[in-house]
Amino acid sequence: MVAAAAKFAISGLHVHYGKICALRDLNLDIRAHEIFTVIGPANSGKSTFLNCLNRLIDLAPASRLSGEIRLDGVDIRAGLEVESLRRKVGIVFALPLPLPISIYENIVYGLRMQGIRDAAVLDEAVERSLRESYLWDEVKDRLRSPAMNLSGGQQQRLCMARILAGRPDVLLFDEPTSGLDPISTARIEETMLVLKEKYTIVLVTNNVAQAARVGDRTAFFLMSEMVELSETSRMFTTPVDQRTSDYITGKFG
Amino acid sequence: MSPRLTQKIAFTVLFLATLLVVLPVAVILAIIVAKGASAISWEFLFSMPRDGMTAGGIFPAILGTLYLVLGAVLFAVPLGVLAAVYLVEYSSDNRFSRLVKLAIVNLAGVPSVVYGLFGLGIFVTFFRFGASILSGSLTLGIMILPVIITSAREALESVPRHFRTVSLSLGASRWQTVRHSVLPHALPGILTGMILGLGRAAGETAPILFTVAAFYLPRLPQSVFDQTMALPYHLYVISTQVPGIAENVRYGTALVLLALVLLLNLAAIVLRYRFRKRKKW
Repeated sequence: MVAAAAKFAISGLHVHYGKICALRDLNLDIRAHEIFTVIGPANSGKSTFLNCLNRLIDLAPASRLSGEIRLDGVDIRAGLEVESLRRKVGIVFALPLPLPISIYENIVYGLRMQGIRDAAVLDEAVERSLRESYLWDEVKDRLRSPAMNLSGGQQQRLCMARILAGRPDVLLFDEPTSGLDPISTARIEETMLVLKEKYTIVLVTNNVAQAARVGDRTAFFLMSEMVELSETSRMFTTPVDQRTSDYITGKFG
Repeated sequence: MSPRLTQKIAFTVLFLATLLVVLPVAVILAIIVAKGASAISWEFLFSMPRDGMTAGGIFPAILGTLYLVLGAVLFAVPLGVLAAVYLVEYSSDNRFSRLVKLAIVNLAGVPSVVYGLFGLGIFVTFFRFGASILSGSLTLGIMILPVIITSAREALESVPRHFRTVSLSLGASRWQTVRHSVLPHALPGILTGMILGLGRAAGETAPILFTVAAFYLPRLPQSVFDQTMALPYHLYVISTQVPGIAENVRYGTALVLLALVLLLNLAAIVLRYRFRKRKKW
């Protein structure tokens, strides 16, 4: 049953940047409609892992992948165009990165690139995605104003809306609240909890408490390897590995 | 010596050096305006030369220079921008791309008279375009290619990396990313390079010497296969080859050429300023 519900199935994944190993022998499943959080110190390979899932890793010079990543049973490197993979698997980056165009154009960017021109379709996507990211009420009267004028938290929710507009399957979050104040952070976390009803979420965070708050299952990465993977509640109460326990109690990291 | 004193000396030296840079420009301008302004008239600018260039105007030379510059830009800008896009957005840092970059740097260092000879060999003789606007434009175009490519490359590289990452992460293809998220933001830099190239093409004598410039041709060119007069060469001719030309005509011609080039540079500066104000990252 668990196997049938796997969104991502990752087996034997190794990643190298040149001669440096960034991820070693990773095997895990990500279930549909869960929030899968990845914690770990800097350079533990957690962002590398995230970038593998939509193949943004291809952009890094001299990156090499081996092993297999399957999305709904399809090999994402052999069986899928990279553009359609990235439409299915959207990413929110650590910093809010709106393009220097209007709010509206930011949201429809992906749709336009698919060749969708129908204004009604685009308008509908803008309203739907802005409602889903709880930004609609704040920006509905100034959709044509530059996205750069929004506050940091609003920009980050705009980046979420921008992905949601393309009706993805999976949302990747790469430390999405590292540059935000606590209130904006709380709003993003609430939004994630609602979004998991419809989407599968993979959250990389260096904020252990955040993983504890929103994660269904949590993986702990350390030095390019996954040390432990378990239900979040279990990981934060009875971690199996000593290193996990040390990290989540703040002894290092 | 006290720090105050060294500070003062350093300041003075730096200021004098700066002044020394500006001074020649000011003096050149002053002399040319003083000696040439009296020649400028409606007739001088918009009529044909007469009586072996001792009378009449310089209209064919002005128009010829404009044609040549336009032709050079039409040839060099698309080619240069496409090459820059390839180098910045597509090629990885391998031996080939390093070789190309080296070639571009070297191209910029080639003396302009060598371009002239090259144009004579290739366009005039080999392709049988003859001495014509086409040959001259292509020669000038090749001469300004390095300027165009270099400035376009810099403009592309100054577009923040994350625009590309974001665009690609939203499922845009590589070309769509370049087309919609990189090129529009690089446009001001590309335009600036284009105008600098324009100014350079307008002022050069050697590349047009063997490829297009006519000594004395008091009529307007009819097609791209015609010869034409051009300002820099005309200036050279009336200054050294034809006796008995009034001084103010010579300086007046120089003034027109200078004004043309300065105007182009000014346009580049204004353009750059206006785009920079709009930039928001």
